[in-house]
Amino acid sequence: MIDLMTGNVAAAKAAMLAGVEVVAAYPITPQTSISEKLAEMVANDEIKAKYIKVESEHSAMAALIGASYMGARTFTATSSQGLALMHEMLFWAAGARRPIVMTVVSRSLGPPWNIWTDHMDVIGERDTGWMQFFCENNQEALDLILLAYKVAEDKEVMLPTMVIEDGFILSHTFEKVDIPAKEEVDFFLPPFNPDVKVNFRKPRRYGSLVMPDWTMEFRYNNYLAMEKAKKKFAEAGSAFSKAFGRDYSSLIESYRCEGAEAVLIITGSAAGTAKVAADRMRERGKKVGVAKMRVFRPFPNEELLKLAENVRTIGVFDRSYTFGYGGAIYSEVRNALFSLAADLKVKGYIGGLGGRDVTETDFEKIFDDLLTLRRSGLASNQVDWVGLKDGSMRW
Amino acid sequence: MSKFTIPKEEYLSKGHSGCAGCGATLLARFCLKALGPKTIINSPACCWSVVQGVWPRAALKVPVVDHAFECTGAVSSGIRAALEIKGIDDVTVVGWAGDGGTADIGLQSLSGAIDRRTDFLYIMYDNEAYMNTGVQTSGCTPLYAWTNTDPGGKKREWRNIGKKRIMDMLIANGIVYGATVSIAYPEDLIAKIKKSRCIKGPKFIHALSPCPPGWKIPTSKSVEVARLATQTGIFPLYEYENGVMTLSKDIKNKPVEEYLMLQGRFRHLTSEMLFEIQKKVDEEYEALKARCQRSG
Ligand SMILES: Cc1ncc(C[n+]2csc(CCOP(=O)(O)OP(=O)(O)O)c2C)c(N)n1
Ligand code: SF4
Repeated sequence: MIDLMTGNVAAAKAAMLAGVEVVAAYPITPQTSISEKLAEMVANDEIKAKYIKVESEHSAMAALIGASYMGARTFTATSSQGLALMHEMLFWAAGARRPIVMTVVSRSLGPPWNIWTDHMDVIGERDTGWMQFFCENNQEALDLILLAYKVAEDKEVMLPTMVIEDGFILSHTFEKVDIPAKEEVDFFLPPFNPDVKVNFRKPRRYGSLVMPDWTMEFRYNNYLAMEKAKKKFAEAGSAFSKAFGRDYSSLIESYRCEGAEAVLIITGSAAGTAKVAADRMRERGKKVGVAKMRVFRPFPNEELLKLAENVRTIGVFDRSYTFGYGGAIYSEVRNALFSLAADLKVKGYIGGLGGRDVTETDFEKIFDDLLTLRRSGLASNQVDWVGLKDGSMRW
Repeated sequence: MSKFTIPKEEYLSKGHSGCAGCGATLLARFCLKALGPKTIINSPACCWSVVQGVWPRAALKVPVVDHAFECTGAVSSGIRAALEIKGIDDVTVVGWAGDGGTADIGLQSLSGAIDRRTDFLYIMYDNEAYMNTGVQTSGCTPLYAWTNTDPGGKKREWRNIGKKRIMDMLIANGIVYGATVSIAYPEDLIAKIKKSRCIKGPKFIHALSPCPPGWKIPTSKSVEVARLATQTGIFPLYEYENGVMTLSKDIKNKPVEEYLMLQGRFRHLTSEMLFEIQKKVDEEYEALKARCQRSG
């Protein structure tokens, strides 16, 4: 059924379709309407779930860890300061291998107070052991939650997952969303039945004290799970396209990358704008494409290397900034492609912070900049800030 | 012939790593006897995370979920919600935490759990300081006690305020049942735990738990010190239920000195300090008695 809805309603519907059993959430703009919608669904018996009114995001995550240990499928959503407050428990969820799914409605961190989107909240948590999937539109805000449960709960993965939806641009904007039927979702996503859950007949301690003689092995298992998750995402994505007709079989979606002289790697809603800019460039005979990174954790090294086999000039657009360095995705892409370094050019762009609009014109300029870089003898290692007021954009 | 009323079953195995004479460990042994096998414990960072042993071994014969320091109330709510949605109603959810993890850093999530009407039993084992990190002052450290963050020093300044009145705070917050218990009175302890198990809603147990290294007492004196705490009126045993306070044992008959002077952490007390503590204890005990008579 196709309906018009905001990204937040799409996320709440996805949680409902996934048959979540325990929801715990705390209000924060622009996430709040997800938790309100879920509370309403629980109140109206549209889902058979428990809604825990926690007193903080830290407690939201803690409560879900407890519920997940009992074998319940769990969901929460947050943004910005709330995500930052959860930090400690994010490590805990990943270390405890609880496949909790959380929508992060991305938002800038204060100060200055700002409720609009950027990815600094999400990137700030990239090292907590969570998988991170970025959405381009409201359809993905729904689809990627279903996919997240499928991958997260895989017995060889068992890792928590963030599904990232850009604040206001997706969360509060109406788009057409195709809502799958509940029976189809049930078929795609069977009930949660983890191997590790509390069993009163076989009492165990979960989250125990481990000495240096074993701790590394626990960490190594998390590493293996992340590595496996790449294949599992692709498999689940293929199964998803068979079931619902929308293709998620790759961690990076290539848009007009065939024969491209320059490609821009990007995450989130700005990918849509970049695609329009690429279309316009192509109309003018300029060969550029967009590589939308759907999955940032686990990092899609292999797919990146494949992409770079055919394109030698790559731009990376980060909607976040790592203080004292540059864009996180930029630095990781550069790192992943280091072995091909000889004639490869990778350049970073930072923009769209705190909800600053990123326009098609911005992306056209970025593409032109990349094409110029390709032709020049210059190596690239600088990072440009896009869209600043004082004209310090470098072109 | 006297009747042995303490259940024989053991749920705490030998070989745990609690210190010799650890009051909290003995407390756990008694509490588990009263709770039985259909119990799930959740516990934050505290001595207890160590006492239960090192992976892959575990000292308890009931399931335990370990978690971060400040979230005992929240994890309890999560476990209970999952049990409810799964239709399991014969399990006691127990939050088991130290005084720091309860009255300080964990107060928010505990208050939240009470507010959420979570059906669980919260047991605070009170060793009156942050012991796992090596004896620092917590909100439950008593007046004039020495700790490593109230070391006295040249200024001769020790803990400068009395214990946080955690039970009063939680009663005001809305617990349905509250009780103080002591390892020196195991029958009273077991009866209260058993009773609380049958009451639905948020319940709170405050258990005094002597700690030989932290209190600087001989390992053989834990139970004696605990008993003196009650006999001096410093730690009276009482119960709160449906707005009614009841004194479990009205046995205050010793000066506070007898309790305090057994412990190295109070060795520096002057006669003025002792006098002040005695005065406060007398007043508080009378106030408690008056409250019990009023509500009883
Ligand atoms: C957020 C956080 N801060 C600090 C610590 C360090 N820490 C671990 S246990 C502990 C003391 C616990 O004290 P209490 O709750 O009184 O229990 P006890 O150790 O006395 O049994 C502290 C401070 C931690 N684990 N997490
Ligand atoms: S330090 Fe104190 S509370 Fe901790 S295990 Fe030892 S005796 Fe028990």
